[in-house]
Amino acid sequence: MMVHMKPSSGAHVGTNKSVSHIMWQVMLALSPATAFGLLCFGWPAINLFIITVLSAVVFEALCMRLKGKIAKPVIMDGSAVLTSWLLAITLPPWAPWWIGVVGSGLAIILGKQVYGGLGQNLFNPAMLARVALLISFPIEMTTWANVSPLFFSNSPGLIESWHITFSGLDNIDASTGATTLGFIKTEFSQNRLLTDILKDYSGFLNFIGWSRGSLGETSTLLLGLGGLWLIRKNIIQWQIPVSLLMTVMLLAGFFHAVDSEHYVSSLLHLNSGALMCVAFFIATDYVTSPNTSAGQLVFGAGCGLLIFVIRTWGAYPEGAGFAVLLMNSATPLIDYYIKPRIYGRDRKGKPLEIPK
Amino acid sequence: MLSFFTKPRLRGGVHAEEHKAVTAALPIASNFPLPKKLYIPLQQHVGKPAEPLIMVGEKVLKGQLLAYSQGLISAPVHAPSSGVIIDVNDYPAPHPSALPIRTIVLETDGKDEWIKTQLVDDPFQLHPEEISLRVGAAGIVGLGGATFPTAVKLNMGRENHVDTLIINGSECEPYLCCDDRLMQERAEQIIDGVRLMLHGMETENAVVAIEDNKPQAFLAMRAAADPYAPVNVIQIPTRYPMGWDRQLIRYITGKEVPVGCRSSEIGVTIHNIGTAYAVHKAIRYGQPLLNRVVTIAGGAVKQPMNVEVPFGTLISELFDFCEVNLDETARIIMGGPMMGDSLPHTSLPTVKATSGILALTQSELKNTDEQPCIRCASCVSVCPAGLRPLDMANNIRINQLDAAVDLGLKDCISCGCCSYICPSNIPLVQYFKYASGEVIARQQAQHKSEQTKRLIDARNARMERIAQQQREEEQARIAAKAERERLKAEQEASV
Repeated sequence: MMVHMKPSSGAHVGTNKSVSHIMWQVMLALSPATAFGLLCFGWPAINLFIITVLSAVVFEALCMRLKGKIAKPVIMDGSAVLTSWLLAITLPPWAPWWIGVVGSGLAIILGKQVYGGLGQNLFNPAMLARVALLISFPIEMTTWANVSPLFFSNSPGLIESWHITFSGLDNIDASTGATTLGFIKTEFSQNRLLTDILKDYSGFLNFIGWSRGSLGETSTLLLGLGGLWLIRKNIIQWQIPVSLLMTVMLLAGFFHAVDSEHYVSSLLHLNSGALMCVAFFIATDYVTSPNTSAGQLVFGAGCGLLIFVIRTWGAYPEGAGFAVLLMNSATPLIDYYIKPRIYGRDRKGKPLEIPK
Repeated sequence: MLSFFTKPRLRGGVHAEEHKAVTAALPIASNFPLPKKLYIPLQQHVGKPAEPLIMVGEKVLKGQLLAYSQGLISAPVHAPSSGVIIDVNDYPAPHPSALPIRTIVLETDGKDEWIKTQLVDDPFQLHPEEISLRVGAAGIVGLGGATFPTAVKLNMGRENHVDTLIINGSECEPYLCCDDRLMQERAEQIIDGVRLMLHGMETENAVVAIEDNKPQAFLAMRAAADPYAPVNVIQIPTRYPMGWDRQLIRYITGKEVPVGCRSSEIGVTIHNIGTAYAVHKAIRYGQPLLNRVVTIAGGAVKQPMNVEVPFGTLISELFDFCEVNLDETARIIMGGPMMGDSLPHTSLPTVKATSGILALTQSELKNTDEQPCIRCASCVSVCPAGLRPLDMANNIRINQLDAAVDLGLKDCISCGCCSYICPSNIPLVQYFKYASGEVIARQQAQHKSEQTKRLIDARNARMERIAQQQREEEQARIAAKAERERLKAEQEASV
């Protein structure tokens, strides 16, 4: 007679999806857009990306050490790498090294570990870090490098890139400029009209990502495709991206129809890598978004509304980070009010009445 | 778009890997050798255990009543073969704890000699109540795993005038395919059982629901039901837990059973395929429930198959028959891998609830390396009962059981979908079962302390009353004495 182990209840079998599997799938979905961004912005961007990710791993290990836990399995779950990856692709591509390090520290320590680690944080760590950086270091966080693809003549070489990363850019004006949304915002403040402002705007270049912007957030196409792939792989659900994008589209469409000279069209709003990144990769973060489908629809719509409001009337050209953080704080509330109906009970939890 | 607003007919659920192909293609093995000893527990059903009426040393025939049912919700137990009773004592139960349970041990004589059975010419001439009586006397219980006495359900169906009888042929648990084989091989007998149940409940319509991963069973059953208009055989989507009675009722009738009600109260009764077959045998041939088809499967089983097994057969004998490699076996499970219980060893008997015995290898089991919850909400989306397992588990972890109850702990059906899907390998069902048991234990403890308090209060009141009485008597005595003395003094004075 053989005697087996402690009793355990079902399910005895299960899916082979694990936390690290999910994290790596998300990174895989991010990688085309990231690779394209790194290619467009050359060595300084690659430096920044590596520094951000490595420092996040170091901070995670440090926190684990302080907790008295073994760091390796926690690092291997991929959450720190993913957080810093998401942070890195939202940074200006030629930002100095310390932006990456400070950002990672904010994201991992203040954004995640002080709450108790993975799954406990209220706010999206990457967005928390990005917003903190934007408020603290507005110059560094809004210096957008020109597209200068790797191995082309105007791209800085490896040695030059170290100079840019570690001691800053010498001739800022020659190699930087404004993003599309930032440009529109400044020009509006000079009372110019949209048709005039958008003379040089190319929807196609923005679509593929050949434009100034964050390190890996320029390509609408690649981020959108990555997001669709995640939905197809059942890693994320469609509710948040769809309601977020639909809200932005409808609001922008309405205002553009009312006044097409002062309100940007929905197409231009949607044709933005940043919006795609937020819709598919940031707002869909499991930890900080609601649990139910209906709650996710509300959450997505809230994000979309805030993004549109901040972009249109706010002081910042891009409001995705703020919008996500604000909605993150509403997540517990959404989960409190929107919950699934239990079988055999009504919405208030009372047993159903027997139908006559 | 309109359907978006109507109630969803199917909610939650998972599609687990089926592992049924090999066993579902093999006929039910009939060459299983009769075991030398059968260990027949007296409780193989929901309700009170049966009471033995045989003596040790008595010779019994196959089908003879060994223990009679006690009370309203109970079921009798019969001898699965002929032989001699060698013991009535406590033996390990087929339960994760393997705690002892009252068991009759029968040493078989190999003759398999039947007791004289009672035959009827036309069971449809029998009174409906007579059908329930015979079903009850045959010891038939729900063979889907719930083991609720079938006769009680037939009576409830008749008393509530249900309009639909659903026959659950979904068999949604992975690995298990005993019902599938039964439907493929004995469709006509099952349909006959269904018709007898309809007669017993005085119900008009029966719906036999079969998951669409069993096309052959569906065809066989449809062909068998073809001559009988009231019996309708339909296909339903394959999605665990389709076989949850309330899920099936909602899918087929669109009605939801309110919490705290039985399905017969909304006009539906649900029975299992195997139960219908057992009813057929009991009514047509007077044969009590003595055996059932059991699926033996899993990665450690060399010859996985369905076997017709007499109750009381030890799992070890079944494993020998199917050539189970015990070294590779990481877990033995009675039932399916989603809701089944893990068993500590193989010296346990098969009972009426045993739909399958699985010997799973380590690679088939879910990883138990628990990680923090990332709030992915997969558990919320797969829960067929509409619960939020992650919030319930969080509350249970910090011992907030009342909060877990408020979140719907008592509505959990332990289907295991949440544990199945969880990417962090959190044993959610384990939490819920623990909490449910703990809530009951606490309620009992509270009840007990309230009871004790009431007894103490009653005692105090009684003592107080007695003391009061004594005081009054004392005073009366003193008064009487004073009176006597006064009278005496008066008498003395007058004298």
